[in-house]
Amino acid sequence: MKINKDNTGYIFLFTFLLIGVVAVILSILATSLAPQITKNNETKKQMDLLASIGVESTRANAKDMYQKYIGSNPSYVINSKGEVVEGKAFDIDIRTQHRDKSITEDAKKYPLFIATVDGQTLYIVPMVGKGLWGPIWGYVSLKDDKRTIYGVSYDHLGETPGLGAEIKQKFFTDRYLAETVADEELNFMPIKIVKDGSGAQPQKVDGITGGTITSKGVEEMVNRTMEIYLNYLKTI
Amino acid sequence: MSEVAEKVKAPAEPLFSKKNRKLVTDPLSDNNPITIQVLGICSALAITVQVEQAVVMSAAVFFVLALGNVVISMLRNLIPGRIRIIVQLVVVASLVIMVNQVLMAYLPDVSAKLSVFVGLIITNCIIMGRFEAFAMGNKPWPSFMDAVGNASGYAIILIMVAVVRELLGSGSFFGIPILGSPIPVEGYPNGTGLFDMGYMNNNLMVLPPMALIVVGIIIWIQRSRNKNLIESH
Repeated sequence: MKINKDNTGYIFLFTFLLIGVVAVILSILATSLAPQITKNNETKKQMDLLASIGVESTRANAKDMYQKYIGSNPSYVINSKGEVVEGKAFDIDIRTQHRDKSITEDAKKYPLFIATVDGQTLYIVPMVGKGLWGPIWGYVSLKDDKRTIYGVSYDHLGETPGLGAEIKQKFFTDRYLAETVADEELNFMPIKIVKDGSGAQPQKVDGITGGTITSKGVEEMVNRTMEIYLNYLKTI
Repeated sequence: MSEVAEKVKAPAEPLFSKKNRKLVTDPLSDNNPITIQVLGICSALAITVQVEQAVVMSAAVFFVLALGNVVISMLRNLIPGRIRIIVQLVVVASLVIMVNQVLMAYLPDVSAKLSVFVGLIITNCIIMGRFEAFAMGNKPWPSFMDAVGNASGYAIILIMVAVVRELLGSGSFFGIPILGSPIPVEGYPNGTGLFDMGYMNNNLMVLPPMALIVVGIIIWIQRSRNKNLIESH
């Protein structure tokens, strides 16, 4: 049988069949892979949390390490005023919350994790901000004085490789170590990203050459988030 | 009836006949998708800062192009001519989503590296170009060979550009700092290796315009050395 491929009816039939087949294949694939993807994302989150307290982990041992250092401690959910609210810290997706413009500042929930490393209590603050091309996020851990940075891990969705993407590299995150986010009375003090190479001074961190907008994004993210969490950290 | 028809058919062409091999070797130099057809330049500019990303991108394009060419080639007698571009887009978009989903589930770290490039694969002109120019008019096997050739030709140029840019822009190869590292360490205030002697990275190399210039230089060298490509005026 010779098909008339220019027949409008045939074109419609072909289109519907094609869309149907593609839709079925993609939805079967998405549904069957969803549990695996969720599990991977959870593992990644545990690895990032561990990285911020200086614990190296792999996908294989992340769950055990997480349980050892963080999972055995309580975790909290606070609001922007620093009051504890209901919720499960690990399940809060701050990236979705950050993206969703319909959530008011008061309704936002901020998870706080507590870790114990070598007997020292560490406070892990998750944060999210804006880079040049897309979201950036990270975890910053504070020592038990609640103001000195103990460890940092940053990540990004699609910053420029070799430039903005360098924020996740150790050489950059190390520059944040031992910086303070507050004075001794826990009043917030910003950490500035500088271009003039004066990053060795207190409250200053050298930015990344060629990655100014991403560096500024990190600066904004850290300062905005820390100011909120200090409201709570002051009270405990 | 059908038996008779099959007997009349010409003897099947061997899988690796001269013609089929040419489909693979041609795009490697004489008909390279990037340097001769100047397709897929956008992704060549965007992701050649580091060799690792160029390799990952090449592998993804290889997979999508090979599978897509075969699928389009199998459907070629059914696709209505008036909506063929839309059909090609649907095929390439679905394949890319499938690849991304599978990577997210089983190779999450590779998927994180690909992140934004997934979108770049869909818009890669080489893929649409091969669908339209080859797979729409040829059988699945030659289409597959054509995809292998073009994806490899794309990969060669991508990796060549990435090697130059990573070496001169970051002083490293595949993330290994072979020229030393510009990050100061204890005892080396200017960095290690060549950087200790006053060498500096060329920051222009990391920016997209340099990719265009590097591709331009490759085209220049290729055209001046390959007799088949020298045009008479």
